[in-house]
Amino acid sequence: MKLYAKYFSMHLKSQMQYKVSFFFTTFGQFLMAFSTLLSITFLLDRFGGVGGFSREEIMLSFAIILLAYSVGEIFGRGFDRFPILIGNGGFDRILVRPRSVIFQVLASQINFSRVGVAVQAVLIFAYVIPGIDLTPTNIFVIVLMVTCGSLLFFSFFVLYAAVTFFTLEGLEFMHLLTSGAREHGRLPYSVYGEGVLKFLTFVVPLALVQYYPLLYLTGREENFFFAITPVFSLLFLIPCHAFFRFGQKRYKSTGS
Amino acid sequence: MYAPYFALFRIRFTHSLQYRAAALAGLFTQFAWGFMYILAFAAFYRESPDAFPMSFEQTVAYIWMQQAFLTLFALWFWDKSISGVIESGDIAYELVRPMDLYGRWATTIASSRIARCVMRAAPIFAVAFFLPAPFRLTISMNLQTAAIFALSVALSLGVAVAFSMLVYITVIHTLNGAGVRLIAAVASDFLTGGIIPIPFFPAALRTVVEFSPFAAMQNTPLLIFNGYLTDAALARAVGLQVFWLAALVVIGRVLMARSLQRIVVQGG
Repeated sequence: MKLYAKYFSMHLKSQMQYKVSFFFTTFGQFLMAFSTLLSITFLLDRFGGVGGFSREEIMLSFAIILLAYSVGEIFGRGFDRFPILIGNGGFDRILVRPRSVIFQVLASQINFSRVGVAVQAVLIFAYVIPGIDLTPTNIFVIVLMVTCGSLLFFSFFVLYAAVTFFTLEGLEFMHLLTSGAREHGRLPYSVYGEGVLKFLTFVVPLALVQYYPLLYLTGREENFFFAITPVFSLLFLIPCHAFFRFGQKRYKSTGS
Repeated sequence: MYAPYFALFRIRFTHSLQYRAAALAGLFTQFAWGFMYILAFAAFYRESPDAFPMSFEQTVAYIWMQQAFLTLFALWFWDKSISGVIESGDIAYELVRPMDLYGRWATTIASSRIARCVMRAAPIFAVAFFLPAPFRLTISMNLQTAAIFALSVALSLGVAVAFSMLVYITVIHTLNGAGVRLIAAVASDFLTGGIIPIPFFPAALRTVVEFSPFAAMQNTPLLIFNGYLTDAALARAVGLQVFWLAALVVIGRVLMARSLQRIVVQGG
């Protein structure tokens, strides 16, 4: 933990060396999330709501996915850039060091520019929070959604890196899980219909951190089980981690 | 006089055709992505069909055609060979070549866009034409409209290339490629109707955007294809495409000539 803190301040300092570049990228990230927000605002102005959800409820589910995504990406960057690490032989150096592999990949990159996205998510929260009954339970549920969501997004990056062991280069369709989940998470996942919801419940458990707890938060479901569904999404970490370990065993260096 | 451009086109075209595995993976992504968009619009359509600016079939056609032509029009496909040349300082070599730099880069960009689109469009059509009823891609054009559509696709590609040339020329100055490209890509993706079609914009913004170069990109051919643009509106939209293509090329050439006069070559 102490070592990670050291890496953290190192990455922060090095990215702050190029302030203009950092500002541009962070602003670009902000704009990217903002264009999704604008699109949803335009649609809601036109239609009022969708799938039985009001404007505030939709904004809330978007903010949760957005915040979870940005936190997951800030810390998961090392795994996102894994194809480069494999390609230039950097991973070989990691293997010979006496620290856990996962830890080293985790610490190899931290992407502070995603703070641009996180800021926006917080601003949307500020907009919808007045409409929510802020009981301690509800605060707990929101924190749980964001925390488990971040870990889930993080595990997508680990999965992406694990696939790289076999393909040696990044696969575009893995972006469906990351950027796709962010982009389409602008609406509660139930809006996309029964089939998509089932897929996002049992295969890629994104609905567990967004749709089901939202039902509890908005008083549609009284059962407390709906509030703690995000915890079950963490089961997804197990196969991702196992797959990464499996890939690591099969790893053949590309040379450098 | 055009021979070097054709040679360049052939090289870039075959070069881009090499990445077939990447195209296949990308295809799957685009297909899933398009389907999610359609499902979302279907939900909004159930909410209130009257608030839709076009029919549901037209919206579906817009989205499938957008996915099919994504690599032709989308502005977030940057040509690494050009930004790399600027940032590494190899632009010095480009300048000694006996070929007009603007034309050379524009040909490079256009060829790789066309090559990638050739690989991706057909499979998307193959699936989208055979989907069950509300999600199926339908064609409602007659022969004359089809000809205008083809012309509009070409103009669209021209405007998109001329616009990305402006971004590359900016990068010559700022040397902050990644940030500028990201901001340009994100803003234009939204304004060209990449996230929601321009007819879904609020009225005031829509009027402004319709006159901007952004509407002269993917928006125009897609709305011709789905039958949203007809008669006078169609003529005006295609006219604006011609205008913006000419304007952006002239602006790009002037800016490029000026920035090359006092270029500082980076690196050694």
